[in-house]
Amino acid sequence: MANDSNQTLDAWAEQNDYKWGFVTDIESETLPPGLDEDVVRAISARKKEPQWLLEWRLKAYRHWLTMDEPDWAHFPDHDWRPIDYNGISYYSAPKSDDDRPKSLDEVDPKLLETYEKLGIPLEERAALAGVAVDAVFDSVSVATTYREKLAEVGVIFCPISEAVHDHPELVQQYLGRIVPPNDNFFAALNSAVFTDGSFVFIPKGVTCPMELSTYFRINSLNTGQFERTLIVAEEGASVSYLEGCTAPMRDENQLHAAVVELIALDDASIKYSTIQNWYPGDENGKGGIYNFVTKRGLCEGDRSHISWTQVETGSAITWKYPSCILKGDDSIGEFYSVALTNNRQQADTGTKMVHLGRNTSSNIVSKGISAGHGQNTYRGQVKIRPKATNARNYTQCDSMLMGDRCGAHTFPYIEADNDTAVVEHEASTSKIGEDQIFYCNQRGISSEDAVSMIVNGFCREVLAELPMEFAVEAKKLLEVSLEGSVG
Amino acid sequence: MLQITNLHASVEGNEILRGIDLTIPSGEVHSIMGPNGSGKSTLARVLAGEETYDVTEGSITLDGEDLLDMDPDERACEGLFMAFQYPVEIPGVSTKYFLRAAVNAVRAHRELDELDAYEFLQLVKEKANALELDTSLLDRSVNEGFSGGEKKRAEIFQLAMLDPKMCVLDETDSGLDIDALKVVADGVNALRDGSRSFLVITHYQRLLNFIVPDVVHVLVNGRIARTGGKELAQQLEAEGYAGIEAGSKVANGA
Repeated sequence: MANDSNQTLDAWAEQNDYKWGFVTDIESETLPPGLDEDVVRAISARKKEPQWLLEWRLKAYRHWLTMDEPDWAHFPDHDWRPIDYNGISYYSAPKSDDDRPKSLDEVDPKLLETYEKLGIPLEERAALAGVAVDAVFDSVSVATTYREKLAEVGVIFCPISEAVHDHPELVQQYLGRIVPPNDNFFAALNSAVFTDGSFVFIPKGVTCPMELSTYFRINSLNTGQFERTLIVAEEGASVSYLEGCTAPMRDENQLHAAVVELIALDDASIKYSTIQNWYPGDENGKGGIYNFVTKRGLCEGDRSHISWTQVETGSAITWKYPSCILKGDDSIGEFYSVALTNNRQQADTGTKMVHLGRNTSSNIVSKGISAGHGQNTYRGQVKIRPKATNARNYTQCDSMLMGDRCGAHTFPYIEADNDTAVVEHEASTSKIGEDQIFYCNQRGISSEDAVSMIVNGFCREVLAELPMEFAVEAKKLLEVSLEGSVG
Repeated sequence: MLQITNLHASVEGNEILRGIDLTIPSGEVHSIMGPNGSGKSTLARVLAGEETYDVTEGSITLDGEDLLDMDPDERACEGLFMAFQYPVEIPGVSTKYFLRAAVNAVRAHRELDELDAYEFLQLVKEKANALELDTSLLDRSVNEGFSGGEKKRAEIFQLAMLDPKMCVLDETDSGLDIDALKVVADGVNALRDGSRSFLVITHYQRLLNFIVPDVVHVLVNGRIARTGGKELAQQLEAEGYAGIEAGSKVANGA
């Protein structure tokens, strides 16, 4: 991991000042730290955005100024506040090839070792490590191949900055519909300054012919900080999308605030999987990414289906509640989550299921693992609105503790305004047992292998929801994330 | 051959084993009997290397190798197996997966190639046939929701798969009805091959009707109070531990 990210925000900003000063150099395309209307205009201008989008950003920015950073999340541990929003640079174009390592020989061997452990395919390692891509990997041609294949069936899959130009009517129709710019503090910030992200449109009746993953994995570099993603599945369409990567990625930005919006029309289905492995900070809680994410899906149509799966092992702070609004009758919302906090990491994550339509059902499976001094909170809300006759929810919320310095917390909220609702909640907390580890040892299995086996077993229902190749990587990721957490 | 010499062990400062001397030559079946609290299970756990117990004096060797110097997983790889009195549940981990990891860990230690999925299943079939055991348990999570009998049968199956030199059965009969007991005993008897040794720990003589030991030791107050042939077990069944306990107290100067 880059040493640069191993610092507090202030120090980072300071160094930024030193490094770049008041940058006007077009070549480096980095804005000076700070946020005001000029910065928003500058971002929009660099992306040559249409007027409506600039107005949209400015409105979001003005609203953001009136809002307060939310303080209700359960982050009991170290004091990470306040975030100095004027100490951050809000736009930094991808590094030019001259700044990047020329080959894997120049990359930190520790990073390469981790890729090895995770089983990242050889051809992807260089791209992930930030090696100048042209030198090793012709990503442009890969992207083109994918895009041609997708275009044949009418699927649009491109950076959202491109979609703004190529499909303005679609973007304008859906952007901010599910997560309005004034939704919350971090969504407003994202709306004002978002850099890039993905746009996916699956037309009526089309099943996307491939998992939208590999392409994204290679091309997601440098879009992480203020990511904005929008996925629309028309009537009868279906798509499986995977964001993120098990590999620890180079990232020098400490604050992340992403927004993801999903819309499923009648009979459409969207499966959205996330593996989040941003830098968690060192074992003393120094550095690490602050990850504030707003993800929401609208099951707009009847019989539509949205499923969120997440494996969260990274970031110093995770604040994230992928949600479903079940508007269409017979629509289904699902949330499967593994959140792991080790060392000084803190996660407050969960979901919201809002039942509006009849016969809607939602399923929540949350697995929290705390090790070291990690603090892990599940926060969930199930709302059954008055018209949601025969709504069903099942929630299962399990926590596992390793050692006696970590914490697990559960805050489930249930509001049922319709008498026909059936809402079930099951919760358990277990300590990874010395006796379980000893039992494995007695069969010849080392303690480290025993822990990863027990943890993977604990998470099995969630890992089973991931696309196959990522399930394998996610298992290894859990192993690597827990390394050294048992004696 | 397992050799235990002057073994003292304590837990939280309380001495439980107070100088045990015991030799089990290759191929022999020894039984340890004793009243509750005599230290039987402690002995099993000290052999397996559980950290809760402090060994304060003495030595344990297996074929000349110092077991006390090894971590529990190393002892297992060296050929020590313990069938647990209360096998632990591991939710979400299939027994098959668990066993393959165990078999391959032991094989790696013995510098043998790992078994691939196919070879592993062949071995499973072979061992299951030899023991006349049903393999449906293998698809379930390790010990999760198993009945008492299923747990013990699974332990014996693991024993067969790992091919150990020295097997410690810690009150394997507890909680079993007579039919389950027979199944387990048949399994153990099928694994007596003239070179593998067993230490059968039990409170009741009943198990020893089915697994007939070569030598019976009686453990009282952390020491072996008497050693004899299989008839000693029958004598205990008839007379109880009281006589031996009284004798032991005199011998200990209590």
